[in-house]
Amino acid sequence: MAFVQNFPFMCIILSLFSGPLSMVLDGKNAKKVNLFVLSIIGVMSATVLTFVCKTGQSYVYRMGHFPAPWGNEIRVGVLEAFMATFFCIVMLLCMIGGEKERLIHVEEGKENLYYIMVNLLLCSLLALIYTNDIFTAYVFVEINTISACGLIMIRQNGRTLEASMRYMIMSLLGSGLLLLGLCFLYDLTGHLLMSNIKEQVAIIADIPEYHVPLMVALGLMSVGLAIKSALYPFHSWLPDAYGYSTVSSAAILSSLVSKGYIFLLIKIFYRVIGFEIVTESKVIHVLFVFGLLGMIMGSLSAIAENNIRRMIAFSSVAQIGYIYMGFGLGTRAGVIASIYHILSHAATKSLLFVAGSGITASSENKTEFSELTGAGYRNKIAGLAFTVGSLSMIGFPMFTGFISKLLFAQAAIGHTYKMLPTLIALAISTILNAIYFMKTVIRIYTPNRESKGQTITIKDQPKKAIALAFFIVLNLILGLSSEPIVKLIEFGLNMFA
Amino acid sequence: MSKRVSDEKYEKTLSFRFKQWFEGSKDPYLDVVEMKKQEERPQIQRHEQEERTILERVYDIEHNAKMRLFQKIYRVFSIVFCISLVFILLAAISHLPAIGTEERPINNEVSQRYIENGLQETGAVNIVTGMILDYRAFDTLGESHVLFIATGTVLILLRKEKKKKEQEVLEFSDRIYEPKNDVILQTVARVLVPTIMIFGIYIILAGHLGPGGGFSGGAVIGAGLILYLNAFGFKKTERFFNMKIYQRMSLCALACYSICKSYSFYTGANEIHSIIPLGTPGAILSSGLILILNICVGTVVAGTMFTFYAMFRKAN
Repeated sequence: MAFVQNFPFMCIILSLFSGPLSMVLDGKNAKKVNLFVLSIIGVMSATVLTFVCKTGQSYVYRMGHFPAPWGNEIRVGVLEAFMATFFCIVMLLCMIGGEKERLIHVEEGKENLYYIMVNLLLCSLLALIYTNDIFTAYVFVEINTISACGLIMIRQNGRTLEASMRYMIMSLLGSGLLLLGLCFLYDLTGHLLMSNIKEQVAIIADIPEYHVPLMVALGLMSVGLAIKSALYPFHSWLPDAYGYSTVSSAAILSSLVSKGYIFLLIKIFYRVIGFEIVTESKVIHVLFVFGLLGMIMGSLSAIAENNIRRMIAFSSVAQIGYIYMGFGLGTRAGVIASIYHILSHAATKSLLFVAGSGITASSENKTEFSELTGAGYRNKIAGLAFTVGSLSMIGFPMFTGFISKLLFAQAAIGHTYKMLPTLIALAISTILNAIYFMKTVIRIYTPNRESKGQTITIKDQPKKAIALAFFIVLNLILGLSSEPIVKLIEFGLNMFA
Repeated sequence: MSKRVSDEKYEKTLSFRFKQWFEGSKDPYLDVVEMKKQEERPQIQRHEQEERTILERVYDIEHNAKMRLFQKIYRVFSIVFCISLVFILLAAISHLPAIGTEERPINNEVSQRYIENGLQETGAVNIVTGMILDYRAFDTLGESHVLFIATGTVLILLRKEKKKKEQEVLEFSDRIYEPKNDVILQTVARVLVPTIMIFGIYIILAGHLGPGGGFSGGAVIGAGLILYLNAFGFKKTERFFNMKIYQRMSLCALACYSICKSYSFYTGANEIHSIIPLGTPGAILSSGLILILNICVGTVVAGTMFTFYAMFRKAN
């Protein structure tokens, strides 16, 4: 076994260990540890990615001396390594970009607690990406839930406490449904290892007596993860959680936490149940309808919003709707488009949150639209980044949002029943996106003579400027070189199933 | 047909008094048991008043037809939803393989190996411990970090910094209402706390030999610490168990777990021979790493339980 193959396991243990370590450190040192861990894990994951691409084969890493159905194992393929690398990059940029706000929002003496949450969140995301055991996935879903709650309530005011309460209740409901589904699945198959469950499910699927519990298990797991990733009717926890928490929390939550759960759902579809059985079931139609509803209702709520942070948050509901709509198509192309949209949304939404915080900072920290007039002149880099993010969300060519919309439309074409609804919803959603994002962009570039806010130059906020610049570059890379990335996803998905 | 009772008679019956208590119109203890008069706490009353006015203004419950309609619909929907979920789950369960039959899918090679080879492969007499701390140690590693991070979130929510603490009005600190030097409690605690501690330590150390292990033993030790805190107060407890010690303790325990298990994961995956001996099953120093891991888990659990309690009691 090559030494590189140990890296995924080392990444998980390293991030796990950095959590308790941050407990004894003070805020400054904990921050250094966090940045170090994030960057080293990013480098290690990139190495794993190149290794797996070169060998062209996924491999299984045994956790301990016992082979898989008895012991634990993790599985590493192109898609997993790519996701891990990408998540590390985005998280690093979120942490750098929101540093200034964190100093204000996090209570003195509690900074190290924030880094504990971030480190363990990273660990749980990595474990969710790599694990090949469905119960291990559940354990790390727990860590993910609790640390996300901590990230919301670290800024202590009434709004965030209420938001984290809501998040806790909804998220625990989701975990509970997921666990119920896992119990059903275990009772039916007698296994917890993904590949073994899949073998058993393939046998069971033909027995009519087991059809009902199998579908109930699939439904429970899908709904549980849909609640946790804020699919449309279950999104009520989202706007407050993203809208009032400190900016790096909001960016991490919207771009990574919900995506971790979606990635787990893809895993369940492909590696636990088997994609053919999933497409034959009716669960997929439900996800499709909710996805379409989310695309439109999320955008409508965003238009009605008068608070820039909450507007960006509601836009997430719409984007999550896109991803589920892609699953709902029930084709391979649809899933590829969804995975691409996971990347695209993660890169763009965190950009928008960080840029949005820069805009409000130059408008006396007010988030209402009437106060933002002319903010693009007061804080040039944030204004530029916000414009880029908006254009990407709308689907302007050159940026990543365009490619994902194109992929969704291509995936829908040729589908008997779902083509027309998908295309119509895409069109409506694009127009609605344009309405609320362009409204904001025009607002921040309207000159305002009697402006009260102060001007913020790049020198005042070098770290945020760097983070924003990298976010813009990331967006352009995803948008301009989409072909190799889509090929990589396709390659990874082949390896996945 | 029951006979109609006169009002006077009815007022003496048990059912009438129960009805009164249920409706909250009369407190059965009032004027019967001697009680200390409740102290006036004007600040808390003001807070309650403010909260009530805010709620009234925000929701305007009496005049808000929309709100009332929503509440009605909400009630109906929640009942319908719960009942349908119950029926769906019952229907699904009725299709599952019958419990107790031999052909159930869970009677497969997985549990067979745990039962048949568990002792030889892990060295632990207690198969459950062998399973959670050796076969599936990665899950348990995650699980102990769940406890750790739960403490972290409680600290975010409830830990108070010293500067802020001085500004706090004394009224809001519940600590002054707690009994001090309760003789009965202290006498009992003097006897019970050492016993509980020793029992907890025994459960942890014998986790691989019989029923027990880190989780249960840690919970027992945590309960013992809480009893000690209740009997002797924060000042005495903080001499040997405070925030700093908790932080270092959990770091040591979790780091020890991570390092030990990393070694065995690494050697296992790379097929290097592990130098950890399994020992003779049944001896206290046996079963490889399980004893050490049990101690680590026990430390984390005890620390978590105690810190939760201390935080809710407004410690620092």
